[in-house]
Amino acid sequence: MIPAAFEYKRAGSVDEALSLLREYGDDAKVLAGGHSLLPLMKLRLATPSVLVDVGRIGELSYISLDGNEVAIGALSRHRDLQTSELLISRVPILAHVAGLIGDPQVRHRGTIGGSLSHGDPASDLPAVILALGGTLVVRSAARGERRIEAGNFWRGFLETALEPDELLCEIRVPIPEGAFSYQKFNRRAQDWAIVGVAAQANHSVAVSLVNMAATPVRARAVEEALSQGASPADAASLAAVDLDPPSDINGSSEYRRHLATVLVRRSLEEILGG
Amino acid sequence: MSILGNKVHRIEDPRLLTTGGTYIADLQLDNALVMHFVCSDIAHARIKHVDVTAATKVPGIVGAFTANDIRLPPMVPTLPLINKDMKRPHLAHEVVRFVGEPVVCIVGESPETCEDASELVAIDYDPLPVLVDPEQALSSNTVIHEVAGTNLVLEIGAHPDPSFFDGCEVVVKQRMLNQRLAPCPLETRGAAAYREGGRLIFHVSTQAPHAVKEILKGMLGLPDDQVRVIASDVGGGFGSKATVYPEELLVAWMAIHFDRPVRWVESRSESMVGLGHGRGQIQQVSIGGNKDGKIIAYALEIVQDAGAYPAIGSFLPQLTHMMAPGTYAIERTAFWAASVTTNTVPVVAYRGAGRPEAAAAIERAVDMFAHEIGMDPAEVRRRNFIDPSSFPYTSSVGTTYDSGNYEEALDKVLEIGGYRALREEQARRRVRSSRLQLGIGLSTYVEITNGLPSSEFGAVEVLPDGSVLVRAGTSPHGQGHHTAFAMIASEVLGVPLDSIKVITGDTDIVPRGVGTFGSRSLQTGGVAVEMASVKVVEQAKELAANLLEADPADVLLGRGGFHVAGAPAVKFSLKEIASLQAQRGERLLAEVDFRPDGPTFPFGAHLAVVEVDVETGKVVLKAFFAVDDAGRILNPLLAEGQVHGGIAQGVAQALFEEMVYDESGNPLTSTLAEYPFPSAVELPSFVLAETETPSPVNPLGVKGIGESGTIGSTPAVQNAVVDALAHLGVRHLDMPMTPERLWSVLRYS
Ligand SMILES: Cc1cc2nc3c(=O)[nH]c(=O)nc-3n(C[C@H](O)[C@H](O)[C@H](O)COP(=O)(O)OP(=O)(O)OC[C@H]3O[C@@H](n4cnc5c(N)ncnc54)[C@H](O)[C@@H]3O)c2cc1C
Repeated sequence: MIPAAFEYKRAGSVDEALSLLREYGDDAKVLAGGHSLLPLMKLRLATPSVLVDVGRIGELSYISLDGNEVAIGALSRHRDLQTSELLISRVPILAHVAGLIGDPQVRHRGTIGGSLSHGDPASDLPAVILALGGTLVVRSAARGERRIEAGNFWRGFLETALEPDELLCEIRVPIPEGAFSYQKFNRRAQDWAIVGVAAQANHSVAVSLVNMAATPVRARAVEEALSQGASPADAASLAAVDLDPPSDINGSSEYRRHLATVLVRRSLEEILGG
Repeated sequence: MSILGNKVHRIEDPRLLTTGGTYIADLQLDNALVMHFVCSDIAHARIKHVDVTAATKVPGIVGAFTANDIRLPPMVPTLPLINKDMKRPHLAHEVVRFVGEPVVCIVGESPETCEDASELVAIDYDPLPVLVDPEQALSSNTVIHEVAGTNLVLEIGAHPDPSFFDGCEVVVKQRMLNQRLAPCPLETRGAAAYREGGRLIFHVSTQAPHAVKEILKGMLGLPDDQVRVIASDVGGGFGSKATVYPEELLVAWMAIHFDRPVRWVESRSESMVGLGHGRGQIQQVSIGGNKDGKIIAYALEIVQDAGAYPAIGSFLPQLTHMMAPGTYAIERTAFWAASVTTNTVPVVAYRGAGRPEAAAAIERAVDMFAHEIGMDPAEVRRRNFIDPSSFPYTSSVGTTYDSGNYEEALDKVLEIGGYRALREEQARRRVRSSRLQLGIGLSTYVEITNGLPSSEFGAVEVLPDGSVLVRAGTSPHGQGHHTAFAMIASEVLGVPLDSIKVITGDTDIVPRGVGTFGSRSLQTGGVAVEMASVKVVEQAKELAANLLEADPADVLLGRGGFHVAGAPAVKFSLKEIASLQAQRGERLLAEVDFRPDGPTFPFGAHLAVVEVDVETGKVVLKAFFAVDDAGRILNPLLAEGQVHGGIAQGVAQALFEEMVYDESGNPLTSTLAEYPFPSAVELPSFVLAETETPSPVNPLGVKGIGESGTIGSTPAVQNAVVDALAHLGVRHLDMPMTPERLWSVLRYS
């Protein structure tokens, strides 16, 4: 329950963080809110030799309107998202879902950048960013800035497109037009979703799933059926097609498949009407 | 005006809520060493080789010990009936028997170095077949304690004979699981020890410091005056800290070995597989009776999971036996139980300890019987209750209940819960095939407190400055004993609460004590304090009579002191008398050991209302009504606190918690991310009411209230969930009633 020894570096700015990451490369880990990384370190499942603490870089904490997109600094806390007037009025799904994460302590510490970079398929925000068709802006000292579509960001369980020397700096989401629904199924309010569904109506309906695969996934079959005029129930019956969700203490793979169809149906009924 | 019966705020709270309590981790110890255990990560294996060389070379490490280095005789089970060959070594010796069993004890200057060093310990195991299921263990050729030659820890009672249910028109049988739970006290286990003037001072997070002292004396061969055990603040225990653990005892051994202070505080992850677990019964329940609702015969057969080393858990079926027929006048009750070792964490007492298991079985059985004969479960209960005029009542298993009025409690809960309206709403939802079905569950429980009657120490002394010192043998772990005991002394002595100091948990100051468990404290220790207070008043009255030159019979204790009846002007206060005594080198002090005539039997009726989502299987507890009767209530605030926490824990068993092992004996729920105890968000506001049926077995008329909430609530919730789905053909569901468990039943109905 005590992490292995590590060196601690606090970055005062993005540039300083990037040069520290360049210096230490593979040995370093970025520390943001610490609410995913520190538990792993305490169990000694993660043993980075250097921690680059970006938690106090003020320039990465903002939520602002930029044309027809909202730009969110990676260090914005879940609580910032939950209470942002801009998000509540323009991207309400993000504010709503941020308010469903963990408990108040978690929401005051955890950051959107940490949540997306951690790459846990059970997390809420990755599926939402995926449904919104967001873009992740990452930077490194060596290669400068690159932009990654949300659909290309998550590669496997706790695996992302980030290189060891890269910092996720900003998340950009296009402002959606239509209604949304987020279905989080868990046993206790503070828990991760056993299965979750993010549905966002825009020109068409985007549906993505939490904890149904090694990464957050779009329910393409559902989306296609809808675009061809299927009813919510018929479309939802395709929610788990081609998916092999995990089995764990909270639910078997089979139960997750069942939940996905129920929750997708409910989310579609909510935004499209029963 | 009497202080008793009032919602007096806890005198413990200002300190706990401001400067904080003193738990083991808070103790200021100079130059202390830290202990850390390397535990088995395999459930059953022969230890081939342990190599601690690398660990001992880590800077800051002063020692790494195996069983061979400690050379203490193993701990022999002390409770009656338990197979004495199933001994527990302080560190695993030759064989490991559960995941979490300490194998190596590392001692060093800091927790960090100890944890670093523990990664360098190499243990070579030769795996042995693993037994997780106690039924399988009962018939297996694999034996966990070779010397014992069997996995059977103890066996009580007998199976019903084939004619047992003769004459019953209806017989219902069901196998039920009363699952294994982790107690999860806020403060994990911990202890600290050091020498002071040659004596051993031992701090421990325990429910029974005097028992710890006895064990330490025996283990270390120390005379009584050389050991002092202190339980300062104890952050919860729920029964699990009434057991003394080998890890704790090793702290004392190390302090002597190194002649330095030593401290050990386990982490939550360690605690989940180190602190004992609770429950763990497989029950075969059979109930028979007639279609008019009369229950005639009831049989309960239990396989109790004892875990790897038999502790009090293996003994608890005794209490299950005593309470098997519950609140019902059943002609015949058959009972059989076998406790069996498995390769899992030892089972200990956990809130209710044997009685929740009894209540769950009979309350489910009555509901199943009611369903089978098509009668309302409230009505079946009513037709079988023990008649209030027949107390003291000896049940069909030979237990004598002190007092009770079960129908009154049932009527009250039906009324405050709006039972009829709930049934109507349920019917509407059934007709509509609503997605959210309503379930209504009852339980009318009775339980036994102070079930293994013992005496308890209480002392009251008026000091020369007029303040009062109360010393009590029953040491609390969060209940509010100090408030309750101070109220009792205040009532008798007429001294305000803020002039009363209560001391518990220090064996130097409190000479004797049994401890806090089995909801025994008020009815034993509280009564002892009351009797000691009365004695002090009598002594003071004698002394005052002398001073007043009057007959003691004519002397009264009034507002300002003792005076002759009819002449209140001349008086001597308790303070004056105490200081006069002090001048003579005497004390105004009384010590009492009180042993009640018998146990007490709190009871009540609980009503749970649940909504079940038939698509997902998710259950939400919508409302909970509880009528509890614990005899006379001295402080309703303390009593309500116990009931609230108790209900929460009982609901947790019904809906959320289970300590799960895979078939290789690996715990799957050993962090609080997987072991889901509920928070306030998952619970409704409880509606509480009470009836008051005093106990005749103690002068205060009190019964225990510490466990009632847990005992009554679990079956109420379980019955409610089954009730919600009864129209879909569901007859029984085991706990915890998780969404997936419900779905896997619903998908076929
Ligand atoms: C009790 C509890 C309950 C929780 N419940 C939920 C829940 O219901 N839903 C949910 O979605 N989450 C939940 N979480 C997780 C929580 O949201 C985490 O805070 C979040 O997943 C990680 O954010 P962080 O800022 O704490 O990241 P950290 O823990 O600091 O970092 C996580 C990972 O991301 C990397 N990283 C962080 N920031 C960056 C960056 N800017 N660029 C590159 N890499 C970066 C780190 O190196 C690390 O590998 C819970 C956590 C806890 C402790």
